[in-house]
Amino acid sequence: MLKFILSKLLYLIPTMLGITLVAFSFIRLLPGDPVLLMAGERGVSPERYAEISAQLGYDKPLWQQYFTYLGDLMHGDLGHSIVTKKPVLAEFLALFPATVELAVVAIIIATVIGVPVGVIAAIKRGSWFDQISMTGALIGFSMPIFWWGLLLIIFFSGILQWTPVSGRISLMYFFPQVTGFMLIDSLISGQKGAFGSALGHLILPSVVLATIPLAVIARQTRSAMLEVMGEDYVRTAKAKGLSLGRVIGVHALRNAMIPVITTIGLQIGVLMAGAILTETIFSWPGIGKWMIDSISRRDYPVVQSGLLLIAGIVMIVNLLVDLTYGLINPRIRHK
Amino acid sequence: MSIFSTRFLAASALALMAAAPLHAKTFVYCSEGSPEGFDPAPYTAGTTFDASGHAIYNRLVQFKPGTTEIEPALAESWEVSEDGLTYTFHLRKGVKFHSNDKFTPSRDFNADDVIFTFNRQANADDPWHAYISGITYEYYSSMEMDKLVKSIEKVDDNTVKFTLNSPEAPFLANVAMPFVSVVSKEYADTLQAAGTMEDLNNAPIGTGPFKFVAYQKDAVIRYQKNADYWGEAPKIDDLVFAITPDASVRLQKLKAGECHLMPYPAPADLADIKADPNLKLDEQAGLNVGYLAYNTTVAPFDKPEVRKALNMAMDKKALIDAVYQGNAEVAKNPIPPTMWSYNAAIEDDKYDPEAAKKMLEDAGVKDLTMEVWAMPVQRPYMPNARRAAEIIQSDFAKVGVKVEIVSYEWGEYLKKSMEAGRKGAVILGWTGDNGDPDNFLSVLLSCASAEEGGANRAFWCNDEFSALLAKAKASSDQAERTKLYEEAQVIFKDQAPWATLAHSTQYVPMAKNVTGFVQSPLGDYTFETVDLAE
Amino acid sequence: MSDTSVKISDSAIRRRMLKEFWFYFSQNRGAVVGFAVFLLLVALAIFAPLIAPHDPVHQYRDALLVPPFWQEGGRPEFLLGTDAVGRDMLSRLIYGAQYSLFIGIVVVAIALLGGIILGLLAGFFGGWVDSVIMRVMDVILAFPSLLLALVLVAILGPGLTNAMIAIAIVYQPHFARLTRAAVMGEKAREYVTAARVAGAGNMRLMFKTILPNCLAPLIVQATLSFSSAVLDSAALGFLGMGAQPPASEWGTMLAEAREFILRAWWVVTFPGLAILISVLAINLMGDGLRDALDPKLKRS
Repeated sequence: MLKFILSKLLYLIPTMLGITLVAFSFIRLLPGDPVLLMAGERGVSPERYAEISAQLGYDKPLWQQYFTYLGDLMHGDLGHSIVTKKPVLAEFLALFPATVELAVVAIIIATVIGVPVGVIAAIKRGSWFDQISMTGALIGFSMPIFWWGLLLIIFFSGILQWTPVSGRISLMYFFPQVTGFMLIDSLISGQKGAFGSALGHLILPSVVLATIPLAVIARQTRSAMLEVMGEDYVRTAKAKGLSLGRVIGVHALRNAMIPVITTIGLQIGVLMAGAILTETIFSWPGIGKWMIDSISRRDYPVVQSGLLLIAGIVMIVNLLVDLTYGLINPRIRHK
Repeated sequence: MSIFSTRFLAASALALMAAAPLHAKTFVYCSEGSPEGFDPAPYTAGTTFDASGHAIYNRLVQFKPGTTEIEPALAESWEVSEDGLTYTFHLRKGVKFHSNDKFTPSRDFNADDVIFTFNRQANADDPWHAYISGITYEYYSSMEMDKLVKSIEKVDDNTVKFTLNSPEAPFLANVAMPFVSVVSKEYADTLQAAGTMEDLNNAPIGTGPFKFVAYQKDAVIRYQKNADYWGEAPKIDDLVFAITPDASVRLQKLKAGECHLMPYPAPADLADIKADPNLKLDEQAGLNVGYLAYNTTVAPFDKPEVRKALNMAMDKKALIDAVYQGNAEVAKNPIPPTMWSYNAAIEDDKYDPEAAKKMLEDAGVKDLTMEVWAMPVQRPYMPNARRAAEIIQSDFAKVGVKVEIVSYEWGEYLKKSMEAGRKGAVILGWTGDNGDPDNFLSVLLSCASAEEGGANRAFWCNDEFSALLAKAKASSDQAERTKLYEEAQVIFKDQAPWATLAHSTQYVPMAKNVTGFVQSPLGDYTFETVDLAE
Repeated sequence: MSDTSVKISDSAIRRRMLKEFWFYFSQNRGAVVGFAVFLLLVALAIFAPLIAPHDPVHQYRDALLVPPFWQEGGRPEFLLGTDAVGRDMLSRLIYGAQYSLFIGIVVVAIALLGGIILGLLAGFFGGWVDSVIMRVMDVILAFPSLLLALVLVAILGPGLTNAMIAIAIVYQPHFARLTRAAVMGEKAREYVTAARVAGAGNMRLMFKTILPNCLAPLIVQATLSFSSAVLDSAALGFLGMGAQPPASEWGTMLAEAREFILRAWWVVTFPGLAILISVLAINLMGDGLRDALDPKLKRS
């Protein structure tokens, strides 16, 4: 097992290195110049321009900049934002919990609804439930979520006024950020109603973000279940006169879950992409919106290190999924 | 009619009342962006100044609320020498800096703080000049303070003397700007000793009407009223900035009672706001101009009559309706009407496509194809450049001029639009920094600004015009300056280096119960005078 | 084995496959509906100039934000209303179909071509060629697709062409991986060895012998990518990085309409609905394709 993990980790190294190179070179290829953006409509004199460039280190040759960057990375220094002048890592850590909270709640919604729907649809294959839920899943899978989010805002925040418009919690509540997760912090604070407020703010964005994963998980669960149920041992179990619940609960479900877990894990990348749109629509202070803003502000260090951090996280999650897969499915491990 | 009815407010009013005992009087401002930081000196964004310079700090002098007139602030009075080269400021006594959990001031504000404020920006050897890596003092250099200020002396604890290299009438307006907000020398020393210099930017200490409490990145800033404020103490107890970048979301929050006041409503929403019985709308002509700058060095735009003809082909009224949703004023001069020295006597070019066509023919212009550049970002002076360009395109088509609309990424746009020999006309604009006409005319239209690194995108260099500006700058007699600027505007209109498009109106929607908010012509949002009626 | 005999059996197989394919495909009601909607979209796109009642970029300055005809204030000449500068919504939506189909086709074509070439090279040659190509693909796949596309568009400059290139680059690793896996599976088979023995060159082996036998999964992936491309390009347009106004691309229309969300529901609702319907139709088709091709995949 250890060997399996080690080999997987070793495999990550060239990819990570590739990612730093990609992130770095992409950023240097970006047209538009942060120094000019800072100067705005006013313009900047050539001398002043040279001065600022030198201060930011942009006057050195590219390869030198790259190695300086790699060196800094080794020391855990991901650079400073040009706009806020603050360390990129500090900004990332300040915003990351908001995205994680959103993503975790979304994946919980998607799993808790998607798996049972998929299972029932498989058992009752061809029934009206199967048809409606699978049509729904296909619609969800085809949904432009930025539009979906706008519709939900119009309907739930506008017409029904059930949910707040944006933000993470009502401004009435003010408590220290212990974990950065609003749901947990609001509980720790002990302030009455804080948790409810945090939950209310989270509901629409997480539903929007959950839409596509939910559809994918429901479809995947259904087809995995169908496949397992067609296999000999399930049929044997059924023939032996075991109850349908037992056959499904003990045999089919467990085996069908293997590909489903992989699917859930692989939704992390989808969620990160979805977070960009969801956070933009709901003004959610997370890293998706941070990346978009930084791209448009040409905040080189933030885009560069942000790409690296996000790609790193996606890869680590995928690795964990691989490992889990190996754990529950011994066939892979011994190969 | 709006689908967001009064029910919205009723529900949220209840919610607010429930919270009332928790925080005595909390005022929530839905700001449009995150502050870059809380040290007002190195940053350039208006949102930063609202969150730091205006709320937390004071300056030697300040703009009288709602105007661009200068009034005393941390300096009680000042004298200017005959030659206009020395400014002596007499500082207010008994002004207290804020305290936080790591710092309690042991002394009142004095001359050391003023000198520290300027020196750390001017002097590259100052340990505070680069206390954060990559920091620069953009405003200090772009307002040319580095070239202007020769020396700063402490005469005594409560007197500071500035010596300038040349007489400069706008100097006083410059020191009223947020980038020279006075920071505490004592606090800086404490931080330096503790090795936590970056806290000057993260946990600011000022003398202003509000004390900084907490900032949660991209979400909320919290302030508390400064009970020891030297001026009239704020009427609200807590001030909250709820950061909400999207204009329609801001409005929804305002309607839901989640905030009391918001900046920059979407032009499309104004009618709805006016119709809402629970909101009120404050409006004021903005200190800005949106323009289309021809390249006056490239044929056929080097001929004033060609530029003039194109200006006449432009239906500015239609443009204002479609682009600003009617919420702007047609511009005839390069400076806005609220600015002193605005020449009201000038007449705008008439919209007359027929005459324009004839003028172009007379000038020998046939089958002209030109580029019109549309900026990729929204600005208060130009909410939708693309749409403006489309309208100009169809207007010019009527006089036989073919327009190709081009756009670049914002940084590229700024750079390429300043490249000599640029083809085509550029849509751009300007919002005043300090209310001085020089801040428009010299920055945008003087010969010096047509050089590399300037902002004169018409590359228009008129010696007579520039001479008038130089003369006005050296004089401290406002009546004389007014006359000179008025004359300069006549030359501008005659030569038509730009098509002046519009001065947009600033709108500030707020809840009905908000009182005492004073709109700043400079577009600042300050809250020391606001109150919430019961 | 002579050349001609291979060809004849090839085309015979192909005809039988097609027939079988249509049988399975038409079993799936959803797929048929999807296919019909798709054909309708194609027709709309091709005949847009004939069908659309107005010029999609013409501004009726006296008709700003007119609601759809059934609503109070609506006008019969603007069936679905007008936008903020007085352009007819219906005409813009019809012309928008051109953009979406064009984007889908171009993106899939580029991604398919690039992916197949890289996958064939990697799978066929193996060794360091394989390692290098697949590591690069891993790097691309490590980034969330939309984020990578955004950065690429920022580099290339916002606009339709660049958005298509960016999306294609982001998609092609999927094709490369599929092709490589198929090639690895096919490489050891008898018919390949036979062809090699018969003296076929590398190029011929790759493109003529192996490739046609791994087409099925590629076709399924291509349909999936087609619908994702429509979605992602709309997302880029929505974020202001895709097609630029006044283009009537649906995502761009949504982005322009966002400020009117409170005031003019129709400018927000219809473009999104158009995106949803076309993506849904293509996905329905994709499902049908997969079901139809699947049995053969299993049997082979």
